[in-house]
Amino acid sequence: MSILVDKNTRVLCQGMGKAGTFHALGCRDYGTQIVGGVTPGKGGTEKEGIPLFNTVYEAVRKTGANATMVFVPPPGAADAILEAADAGIALIVAITEGIPVLDMARVKRELAKKPGIKLIGPNCPGIITPGQCKIGIMPGYIHKPGPIGIISRSGTLTYEAVFQLSALGLGQSTCIGIGGDPIIGTNQIDALKMFQEDPGTEAILMMGEIGGTAEEEAAAYIKKHVTKPVAAFIAGQTAPPGKRMGHAGAIISGGTGSAGGKIRSLEENGVAVAKSPADLGITVQKMLAGRR
Amino acid sequence: MKIHEYQAKELLAAEGAAVPPGKVVKSVEEALAAFDSFGGSAVVLKAQVHAGGRGKGTFIGSGADFGGVKYLTSREKVGSVAKTMLAFPLQTKQTGPEGQKVSTLLVQKAADIAKEYYLGMVLDRASGLPVMMASSEGGVDIEEVAAHSPEKILKEPVSPELGLAPFQARKLAFELGFKGDQVTQAEGIMRALSKVFLAKDCSIAEINPLVVTKEGCVEALDAKMVFDENALFRHPEIAELRDETEEDPAELRAARSGLSFVRMDGSIGCLVNGAGLAMSTMDIIKYHGGEPANFLDVGGGASKDQVTEAFRILLSDSRVKAVLVNIFGGIMKCDTIAQAILAAFKEVGFHVPLVVRLEGTNVEAGRNLLADSGLDIVTASGMADAAQKVVDAARKKN
Repeated sequence: MSILVDKNTRVLCQGMGKAGTFHALGCRDYGTQIVGGVTPGKGGTEKEGIPLFNTVYEAVRKTGANATMVFVPPPGAADAILEAADAGIALIVAITEGIPVLDMARVKRELAKKPGIKLIGPNCPGIITPGQCKIGIMPGYIHKPGPIGIISRSGTLTYEAVFQLSALGLGQSTCIGIGGDPIIGTNQIDALKMFQEDPGTEAILMMGEIGGTAEEEAAAYIKKHVTKPVAAFIAGQTAPPGKRMGHAGAIISGGTGSAGGKIRSLEENGVAVAKSPADLGITVQKMLAGRR
Repeated sequence: MKIHEYQAKELLAAEGAAVPPGKVVKSVEEALAAFDSFGGSAVVLKAQVHAGGRGKGTFIGSGADFGGVKYLTSREKVGSVAKTMLAFPLQTKQTGPEGQKVSTLLVQKAADIAKEYYLGMVLDRASGLPVMMASSEGGVDIEEVAAHSPEKILKEPVSPELGLAPFQARKLAFELGFKGDQVTQAEGIMRALSKVFLAKDCSIAEINPLVVTKEGCVEALDAKMVFDENALFRHPEIAELRDETEEDPAELRAARSGLSFVRMDGSIGCLVNGAGLAMSTMDIIKYHGGEPANFLDVGGGASKDQVTEAFRILLSDSRVKAVLVNIFGGIMKCDTIAQAILAAFKEVGFHVPLVVRLEGTNVEAGRNLLADSGLDIVTASGMADAAQKVVDAARKKN
């Protein structure tokens, strides 16, 4: 079992430029059903065996796609997300980094009017259900099917976590990269809720980072609604206030968003927090051993 | 991206906000001419730097008892204060110990202030909307107010399509206690702030203080704006306002090569791919008893040119006693990265120990390349091992 994506998911790629095409092929090689690409003006042609369409509407009509991976560059990315939503695509995975935050504020309000549609990202590695479906830029082979659900704000740090888990024989149900921007489509609480309801997920690892109050809110949610064991890590314990650490969301400002506050809040709500990023896998393993 | 106070006020004034009369000057002569143009009445001399805390700052080495904001009544004083401000670096709680050189002053006609308010707009992540914040407790210590009596800060969510509606501005103006035609004046300034914020993609826009003068005028006495870097592509007129003399030279240089870099105070330089892993690498250095010298994210890839430039930036800092490279090769293969590291290592000429930890695709090939190179590179497996090795290396070097 898994959340959001499985072997039946039919995926489009919006923005079949160099990066989009490269990763669409990577997903196809992993076994994902990549059913088409969207690049306005290239409709009717194909690229590396992937049929191209001018609009998402046409692509959906002809392929029955129910998910999309957005690689459109920042100036047009918000519009691409809105087009996918308007065409009724249920799962939109926005990989694009650098979308203006006010564009995302507008997108978020539009999507709120369409409750059946989920957005993951932007500025995220994507989502993967090991052995079934990869929508994104993560290296597929490090993942193994299994019972751990992963929620993360970053890319390579998630790979680090997956790598450590897989090495300990702990496979993953689904790994969802929610993205490092201030406004994202699916947040920690949305993902926690899905993992809690997924019978294939036994435990959850949440990779957070400094900035905002999402981890604090997630901690409160876990205490109330999540019965499965949850482990966590917060990146940025040494980051100084007022400095943006690469991700647009990773900045400690106005007294909120510090790693210390987040760790306290998680621990107070029963979450096992890894102190060192070298201990991500071990922390989950110990937590499970304690439960069994 | 930050801009100067006088530029922020110009943007607000263009949307109809009342700002006090002022002149931007770059020399003592211009400052005196500006003073004369206001008929010899009192002025405030304001050093234009991006750092906050100007008023409480000091001009390093000047012996002066004033900070970056000074109220003056005589022509003679305007001359001597302007001279000091333009000659000595200004140190504030946000500049670091070396201070910031001041090249521009704002000579502002002094206002007789009856009351100070705070007005600001930021993005509220929880709701995903911009929010206008207002308080009748304006002035320098608004952060104190926010921390200790948050109920004194009024908040109004703003539609990113429509902007602050007239009824919202009216509501805030009455709740702040404005009277008579001051209500309309305050509303105008609030709507101007919202217009600039949305039209120019601000991430922060503040008027602090917003004042009522003894004559009953509502004016934006000081303003501060920060813009969303990701939206500068559609605002060339804002991008043009970038003042590179206000930015850390190393951070600026890194940005030009597509590297995300932040300078810190420690002795261990780090080069990592991905922001989350880069922050975690700093964390684990600290966990093992070291201090990171920087945050450096080379992005998802790590080309030879980027690694070379990153090494140069790290090694140009004399405090750096050892360097740790931590790369998780996903799509980017470890052997490709190892080749980039070797090429950069040779080109740059390393003078401190280098510890490299590679993991991911083709890791064996990558490690073998490093081991067989005959170069003085320490390899590590796992983040803990890497951190321990680099901390030890930096200690020995000290």
